[in-house]
Amino acid sequence: MAAVTSLDVATIRKDFPLLAQVRDGKRITYLDSGASALPPHQVVAAMATYQETTHANVHRGVYATAERATHLYEQARIDVGRFIGAAKPASEIVFTKNCTEAFNLLAQSWGLANLGPNSAIVLTEMEHHANIVPWLQLQTRLGFEIRYLSVAEDRTLDLSNLDQLLDGAALLSVTATSNVLGTVNPIAELASAAHAAGALIAVDGAQAVPHASIDVSALDLDFLAFSPHKVYGPTGIGVLYAKAEHLDAMPPFLGGGGMIKDVRLDGFLAADGPQRFEAGTPPIAEAVGLSAALAYVSGLGLDAIHAHHRSLTTYALSAIASTFGDTVKVQGPADGPNRAGVLSLTVDGVHAHDIAQVLDTYGVCVRPGHHCAKPLMRRLGVNATARASFGIYNDRDDIDLLVEALQATVTMFA
Amino acid sequence: MADLEELYREIILDHYRNPRNRGELDPPAIRVEGFNPLCGDEIVLSLAVTDGVVTDVKVGGSGCSISTSSGSLMSAAVKGKTVDDVRELLATFKGMLSVGDEGEHDPSVEPTPVNLRSLGELAALQGVAKFPVRIKCATLSWNTLAQGLDEIAAD
Repeated sequence: MAAVTSLDVATIRKDFPLLAQVRDGKRITYLDSGASALPPHQVVAAMATYQETTHANVHRGVYATAERATHLYEQARIDVGRFIGAAKPASEIVFTKNCTEAFNLLAQSWGLANLGPNSAIVLTEMEHHANIVPWLQLQTRLGFEIRYLSVAEDRTLDLSNLDQLLDGAALLSVTATSNVLGTVNPIAELASAAHAAGALIAVDGAQAVPHASIDVSALDLDFLAFSPHKVYGPTGIGVLYAKAEHLDAMPPFLGGGGMIKDVRLDGFLAADGPQRFEAGTPPIAEAVGLSAALAYVSGLGLDAIHAHHRSLTTYALSAIASTFGDTVKVQGPADGPNRAGVLSLTVDGVHAHDIAQVLDTYGVCVRPGHHCAKPLMRRLGVNATARASFGIYNDRDDIDLLVEALQATVTMFA
Repeated sequence: MADLEELYREIILDHYRNPRNRGELDPPAIRVEGFNPLCGDEIVLSLAVTDGVVTDVKVGGSGCSISTSSGSLMSAAVKGKTVDDVRELLATFKGMLSVGDEGEHDPSVEPTPVNLRSLGELAALQGVAKFPVRIKCATLSWNTLAQGLDEIAAD
């Protein structure tokens, strides 16, 4: 195995103008990449170049600029497919509005066609609302059963009843990495268990894809959704990977222009491939930006990014434990290879909103709240956490400042 | 830091650490739940109204320092007042926080100094106006109260 090079954070930071700003005499310490990672200059430039030199609608015009726009858009699809190891990169990637819409597409297309009153699907207690609510909405129409894998005391998934829950289930839909706990789930194991039980597996890659290499072919995933703006790309675009054999059998979800072969007054014929799911003008500039983001991330190397986040996580967990003892709790599994750089902090007697407010006076950006995971919050017995999450531009100084600001918070509310 | 001290005034921290009128009331008092979907704060308000007067209020649920202290200050402020006076106080309170008619943050909405004086201790929450994201924390208990008053009026 090739040696993993470490990230040169000082050089990387030069690509992120937002971090060079000073507000009220403070520099910005951005610890909210789990919510949205900052786009590097290269992504912004690629989108601007597209808008200024190649803007046209796709799959329509025959003039050279329109053909070039179509080519860039379709090339982005292939780039995404290759990035996640799709066997057929040109025909297994659907662009949506965001990761949440990707799950809605999965539920309203695959789910509507394949689930019924006697079916069951398996989710987990640690899912983001994006992987719960679309299924609950569909459940009210179709009446299938939703079973949940629970979260164990060590904040990993309790897999003791996995086979029982999968028995007769049509789908296991699970996050690769919890956006609250930082738990990295054993996707390979879950995929084989699902397939052994005759179920398909869908994976929420929103938190995992930015930090770890996910190979849908090696893992044998049926579906994968992820969020480009968490991989240093733009907002306004989401990704759903569906294995070609599933995608080709899925009915369209949104209707309109671009997703048809033919329309008559009494019916229509849907287009083939990913286009069938891309009604209306798609996010073209965003696809171009996503492509640039994946090139940027690949240039740094996912292994190096993963190692960087692991190192920051270990440093932060140890700094917080040694400074605060039990006063500041980190909700999630103990440090280890399956612990991602997502630190959900709680302090007895201090609400997450107040933590984040005091941290902001230090220029430290974290996210307070339930992180769109209310069932998990109930399981943890908290109503909110203040979440710090790491990106490629963070270093130990950022964590030192986080600890200093936390100290001020504790003092203020003690 | 000056803004932060204005936000977390001593009286607010006091009402956060020792919230007044905590708990729930038995029927016939009505029970109303309020949520702040942004941060997960939840409030459970019990409200007893007799002959147009708020005779008792209890506050349950959990929230941040601003929503908890606001609920506590509100409970102390409205107890014993007529429903009409409470509604007027609510309007003044929202004016102090620059909350417009549709619940939106509108910096052009400002209370008159006379009205501000009528708020008494509630004026301690004035600093919240500088933190637009936190305004919903301060108004959660009041919106829940308004919902309760509407339910009683509809009966």
